[in-house]
Amino acid sequence: MCLAFSLFMPLLSLFLFSRDDRSAHEVSVDRSTMAEHILEDEEEGLEVTDEQKIGLATWFLLKSPPGEIQQVAKSIRGVLMDERLFDMAAKEAFPKYNMEQMIAIDLADHSGQVLLTKYGAIDVSQHLDPRTAQVAVIDHVKQVCTDVRPAADDELPSAFVEEHRASIDNELVKYVEEAFPKGNCAVYCTCGKDVESGGDEFELKAVISATKFSAQNFYSGSWRSVWKIQVNQELQTVEINGKINVIAHYFEEGNVQLETSSECSNSTLLQSPADTGVAVVNVIQYLESDYLGVLEESYSKVSDNSFKELRRKLPVTRTRFSWNNALQLSLSREITKELSLTR
Amino acid sequence: MEAAMDLMRRMPPTQVDTALSSLLLLLPQYSSELLSRVDQPLQVAWDAECLKHYLLCDYNRDGDSYRSPWSCKYFPSLEDGAQPSDQLRKLEVEANEIFAIYRDHRYYEGGISSVYLWEPEIGGGFAACFLIKKDGSEDGQGRRGLLQHGLWDAIHVLEVGEEDEGLAHYRLTSTVMLSFTTKDAPSVSFSLSGSITREMQADLSVAEGHLTNMGRMIEEMEGKLRNGLDQVYFGKTKEVVFTLREPLGSLTATSATGQSLQQVVMDDILRK
Repeated sequence: MCLAFSLFMPLLSLFLFSRDDRSAHEVSVDRSTMAEHILEDEEEGLEVTDEQKIGLATWFLLKSPPGEIQQVAKSIRGVLMDERLFDMAAKEAFPKYNMEQMIAIDLADHSGQVLLTKYGAIDVSQHLDPRTAQVAVIDHVKQVCTDVRPAADDELPSAFVEEHRASIDNELVKYVEEAFPKGNCAVYCTCGKDVESGGDEFELKAVISATKFSAQNFYSGSWRSVWKIQVNQELQTVEINGKINVIAHYFEEGNVQLETSSECSNSTLLQSPADTGVAVVNVIQYLESDYLGVLEESYSKVSDNSFKELRRKLPVTRTRFSWNNALQLSLSREITKELSLTR
Repeated sequence: MEAAMDLMRRMPPTQVDTALSSLLLLLPQYSSELLSRVDQPLQVAWDAECLKHYLLCDYNRDGDSYRSPWSCKYFPSLEDGAQPSDQLRKLEVEANEIFAIYRDHRYYEGGISSVYLWEPEIGGGFAACFLIKKDGSEDGQGRRGLLQHGLWDAIHVLEVGEEDEGLAHYRLTSTVMLSFTTKDAPSVSFSLSGSITREMQADLSVAEGHLTNMGRMIEEMEGKLRNGLDQVYFGKTKEVVFTLREPLGSLTATSATGQSLQQVVMDDILRK
């Protein structure tokens, strides 16, 4: 056992080196760099401190594929074999994970659902649902809502901003219902919530989140799009910037994951709240459909071209390799090479 | 231990290294089992004598040193490193040469390969592992410049039984680990990665020699794995994405457009 362990240490630096190339496209998380530091430090001693164990456990939890965090939690519990350490890791990882993945939780009074995002977080365990102007109290580790209360006035935007927010929200709900079989959405005011008509700019964030998990079909996936909507009253424009993130995980007899993301933007004119709502959601709809088209194309290209870059389906000769002739071929190559050198 | 394997099935394949290192730290008592059961991308080393690259795995390791299939020497150098028997070494040399041609001139157009042979501790016959690593990234050996990043690692382990009446039993276990990022559109990043493992067994005549039999099995297996990755895995992940977000206006039984159309038709029928 010690032999395998000591073999491992010199390879650690190799592992870290080879991984850097691949991390360019992943969403960066604080804990992933902490894991690297822990692994670097480990070159010195063989003992892992409790603090480091919590760090590693948190890393695993945060990297869970969509809808799989409870399973990952169960396995991490089995690996750690220490409830106290697990609880500390869970306390740290679950809130981050829930907000990053934009999980939808049923409200305690069964009146609907609330999306957990960093935009609607009043504090870690209190989340605003702008549509119903309620605040939900959340237990992150259990992923449930334990209480609901109406939102206070200072937690909500001004009536003017609210008009725009609500209009975009209405249109967004229609779009999401049509395009996302299991989608949820919300629109938050993230900047300038007290702005009045004829005043400054304000910013809204429209968020769409859809997750699917099927253990019997061995797959899970999530779509998260965040659209920043900047309303400039002076210029009468609306700037729309979006980030879309999609993950798919298939795990029958293996582990295959797709990770794709896109950044896009557009703009439109500021009109009446009702018309602006329609215009903004039209832009979102258009850009998202466009992205879907690019994905479709990527998939077909992968099969034809990208794969070939790694391994051809058939050799250039279009016949199978003749294993018993290969040596003769290489011998004749060597002889011709030598002949040409002596010439 | 099963909890650890479950974690490895869920972590993003591009982070296999971090995940495995973390597990080794958390479960030092299981390190040898983890290292043998978890597939990791192949590491590369340099044979300073033959001036060639070679691949590292548990089967060419002795302590902290690894034996090169070209010079048969250990790097870093080792006094009494384990060596295959003369007979096996002869077959090993042949295997490496042929496999290099298979790799370079036929299927991979580049890449690094290594073949190691050894006698198993129990039972007769011998075992072999054929390793290939191809880096198809832009700055690697990708010729068409299509991949920002692309890695293919193939590990084939063959167990060959003793010859019995002109036949020998071959058991092949193969794993292919794949990861790549394409750069089609400027603002869209698309990256797929994962691994797939399959097994194959056969009783073959040794008339044309072990190498021919092993080679043919590997070639067939690689073809199957490549197709498997292509159709099943990439097809499946695409399916997942398109069930999350359907193209608007699509006419399927379950889509919104499809459902509303069904409703209209039903209403019409019922009205009559």
